[in-house]
Amino acid sequence: MTNHYIDFKNADVILVMGANPAENHPVSMKWILKAKEERGAKLIVIDPRFTKTASKADLYFPIRSGTDIAFLGGFIKYIIDNELYFKDYVIHYTDASFLVDPEFKLPDDLDGVFSGFNEITRTYDKATWKFQLDENGVPKKDPTLQDPHCVFQLLKRHFARYTIDMVSEITGADKEKIEAAYKIMGETGKPNKVLTVLYAMGWTQHTIGAQIVRAVSIVQLLLGNVGMAGGGINALRGESNVQGACDNGLLFHILTGYNPAPSASDVDLKTYIEKYTPQTNEPKSTNWLSNRPKYIISYLKALYGDHATSENDYCYEYLPKREDGESLTWLELFDKMYEGKFKGFFAWGQNPACSTSNANKVRKALAKLDWMVAVNLWDNETASFWRGPEMNPEEIKTEVFFLPCASSVEKEGSITNSGRWLQWRYEAVKPPGECLPDADIINELYFRIKKLYETEGGVFPEPIIHLTWEYGKKNQEGKIEHMNPHLIAKEMNGYFVTDILEHPLDGKSYQKGQQIPNFLYLMDDGSTACGNWLYCGSYTEEGNMMARRGQEDPTGLGMYPNWAWCWPLNRRILYNRASVDPEGKPWDPKRAVIKWDEAQSKWIGDVPDGSAPPLAKEGGKLPFILKPLGVGAIFGPGMVDGPFPTHYEPPESPLTKHPFYSKVFYNPVIKIFCTPEDLLAACGDEKYPYIGSTYRVTEHWQTGLMTRTTDWLRELEPQNFVELSVELAEELGIKSGDKVIVSSCRGKIWAIAIVTPRIKPLKVMGKTVHFVGLPWHYGWRWPEDGRGGDNANLLTPSVGDANTLCPSTKVFMVNIEKI
Amino acid sequence: MSRKALLIIPELCIGCRACQVACKSWNQLPAEETINEGTHENPTDLTAYTYNRIKFIEKPLNEKGIKYLFVSQRCMHCGEPLCAEVCPTETLFVSEEGAVLYLKERCIGCGLCRKACPYDVPRYDENGEISKCHLCIDRIWEGLEPACAKTCPTSSIKFGEREELINEAKKKGYKIIYGEKDFGGLGVIFALNEPPEVYELP
Repeated sequence: MTNHYIDFKNADVILVMGANPAENHPVSMKWILKAKEERGAKLIVIDPRFTKTASKADLYFPIRSGTDIAFLGGFIKYIIDNELYFKDYVIHYTDASFLVDPEFKLPDDLDGVFSGFNEITRTYDKATWKFQLDENGVPKKDPTLQDPHCVFQLLKRHFARYTIDMVSEITGADKEKIEAAYKIMGETGKPNKVLTVLYAMGWTQHTIGAQIVRAVSIVQLLLGNVGMAGGGINALRGESNVQGACDNGLLFHILTGYNPAPSASDVDLKTYIEKYTPQTNEPKSTNWLSNRPKYIISYLKALYGDHATSENDYCYEYLPKREDGESLTWLELFDKMYEGKFKGFFAWGQNPACSTSNANKVRKALAKLDWMVAVNLWDNETASFWRGPEMNPEEIKTEVFFLPCASSVEKEGSITNSGRWLQWRYEAVKPPGECLPDADIINELYFRIKKLYETEGGVFPEPIIHLTWEYGKKNQEGKIEHMNPHLIAKEMNGYFVTDILEHPLDGKSYQKGQQIPNFLYLMDDGSTACGNWLYCGSYTEEGNMMARRGQEDPTGLGMYPNWAWCWPLNRRILYNRASVDPEGKPWDPKRAVIKWDEAQSKWIGDVPDGSAPPLAKEGGKLPFILKPLGVGAIFGPGMVDGPFPTHYEPPESPLTKHPFYSKVFYNPVIKIFCTPEDLLAACGDEKYPYIGSTYRVTEHWQTGLMTRTTDWLRELEPQNFVELSVELAEELGIKSGDKVIVSSCRGKIWAIAIVTPRIKPLKVMGKTVHFVGLPWHYGWRWPEDGRGGDNANLLTPSVGDANTLCPSTKVFMVNIEKI
Repeated sequence: MSRKALLIIPELCIGCRACQVACKSWNQLPAEETINEGTHENPTDLTAYTYNRIKFIEKPLNEKGIKYLFVSQRCMHCGEPLCAEVCPTETLFVSEEGAVLYLKERCIGCGLCRKACPYDVPRYDENGEISKCHLCIDRIWEGLEPACAKTCPTSSIKFGEREELINEAKKKGYKIIYGEKDFGGLGVIFALNEPPEVYELP
């Protein structure tokens, strides 16, 4: 999130799309309802079905799943046509005025693709996706926004065809309601009106998911709502600590703090730093990531301690490297597993046999392994895959080890929520039986693997043997008895490795072993160690900042700066320098996130995005400090599928042709997998005529391992269900409570029908389109007699977003039959 | 002692049913073996082991789409409870705090209280003895609020002094205070903006 949960109360308009907070983030509704009650905020909910969140909406209407870019594109057009954009913000703080290469072409020029598309490799050559530069290497600009090559004019031309009529045709939404939403949201282009946008997996789990989020970023930049209290772009994340997982490098392509994970051609530290440290010629850009060398070297010092020296590149060579261009996302890992390309698998705190798209492929892939270690609270469909449906244990070679682990309330540690708040939690009860906290299981593994390397040698033992591992009291064997989460947290924060007589930042002296106050103190000379630069400041000499429980609210905006700690630097609202004008005065004085104090020559309020003065002052800087050009990016050449979002159909769609392109139908650069399990229904396949989608209910958590096993929760939602409209149910002779079979070309499951007026058929491009929805919480393993049903991911396709490969679970084609 | 009450505002209820779970957790009530009967509402009725539940009301409206309401069902803790009045064994009584309590050991399971209850609330356990919401009187006595109110994320269920809660609801502009006067004034008051029938309140 750019903002945080409590900040929703400051909004004037709240758009909820691709999310259902009343169901999935119930506590956030407290702040949404508060905004409605106290500010008279308008809640707009757009969703294929009338959700619990919709029950509180001032305006609700359904759209066809997967057509969000059409709706948002239409809004971008509406903002531009009606001149509702926040002109000062757009000109000063975005790239709207920047001139793009004249050779750059839009999909309208090339029937569905941007310039540089290679039809054979199905990738883009981005040569034309760039700005025209002046003699100083800075983008040329036209502050009047009139030049036909400026970003603003390209944007206008790109979305010109997204008329309300066209949006209605594609989405199936009612024209008047679309316009009503545009009107309410369009009001927030004024400096004293703010729109917040809440989204979740309903946006990301599409083949165009990242571009949907790009589209709303453009909206929020045009309306000047980024950096503002009650504004921003706010992902309601799908797990309580998934933000923490991402921050700490649990994805394949990043290390901690979003430092890129190296590839094979990043042969040494110098190459890595040159490649990943952004440069800029823009004098007013802070270009924060020019600090990359400090962060990566301090990270290596945290990993390898005294072994990491300037002579040996701080042990950079120990870091694992991917092949160049190798992508190892979730779908790709299971594709490789299915192809038999790896021997072993740790299924740690997860249940991919239910959670992963096209779960039949996953279940078959697990059978290709030699071994699997499942670490979980409960036995599950993954650990027991070998005795699951359609499996013959005698034919399966995979050896499975099950390690029971402690739950989150049975151990101490930090949790990072969607608003980037790190909150410390305590052990409420001891874990039962032989269950161990994950860190202790890792400790056991580490100790034994290290011992094997020490006694038996190996090709490259140093990366393991030389790891720093000082996380608790050691026994006689040298093994840590119990991992101390405070010591781990302290290392993540970072410490001084040597005595520093006079730190260049403040001229003060620091002693070896002292905790680092914040990441401004990190150095690139090996004198500092820091496990995650973004978390630097969370555990200082003053103590564990994550455990703070101060309830002061000096701004009255609910930022609570003394409650827990938030990355980066305890900054509660990101890009907050964009909440003030170039002189440093808040656009909206009633909701001032920060303001420039002339007398003291400093910022007051939230922790500012860099301490430099406001833009128009001497030494002033642009607000978007992570972008090398310092401005919000309307033009996004970093995306693999185009610098502007454009509507593409889902690979499985009820339509037979794209609404306006003839050459392309779905996102042309998505990865298509080729195993016999990777089936996709043909466009308009009559065997699978209805749009299917998956979602969650309050009562169950993910694949239900913690909730299907809890009787009080299973009582509330005991069985797999499918929700369908009254109209479709009548057509098929289905009644509420009937047991039905839902099938896709990849699998089938039974479900109990819930016939509801909350779902309505839509008219799309002249055709009636039906929608059905299922939860993905159930599995055959529990309840043991199978009365709960199996998982809806047996139906979903293994295709993903072009940029992230996030699986497309929100649109797939199904059939439904009464048993 | 002044009278305590719960103020329920269905407009703030998001149907998360944390109140149902919190009730079972605090009172250590066993889960029911339910099935999905074609609705999210579950259990589909109050029982001796389900003291409170949320009714899901879906009402299609022609022009405006649909109403989707979540309404708490439980003992209303009447000021002058008919259940207590008809009980031949003085099982039921009103506590100082205004909770309608019961002494299980006195109950003979005659069923008169349920017949008399205008809200059809009391149920009988496997021994035929009365079982229903007691406003978490054990928590109130320890200075805590009832489990359902404590857990409610949106303050749709609020516990407090009855008079204060009524004043608060009026101040917020709710058009109807359901239960202000009925049956000696209810201990569970609803703040509504539409007629009680819409919420399926009798």
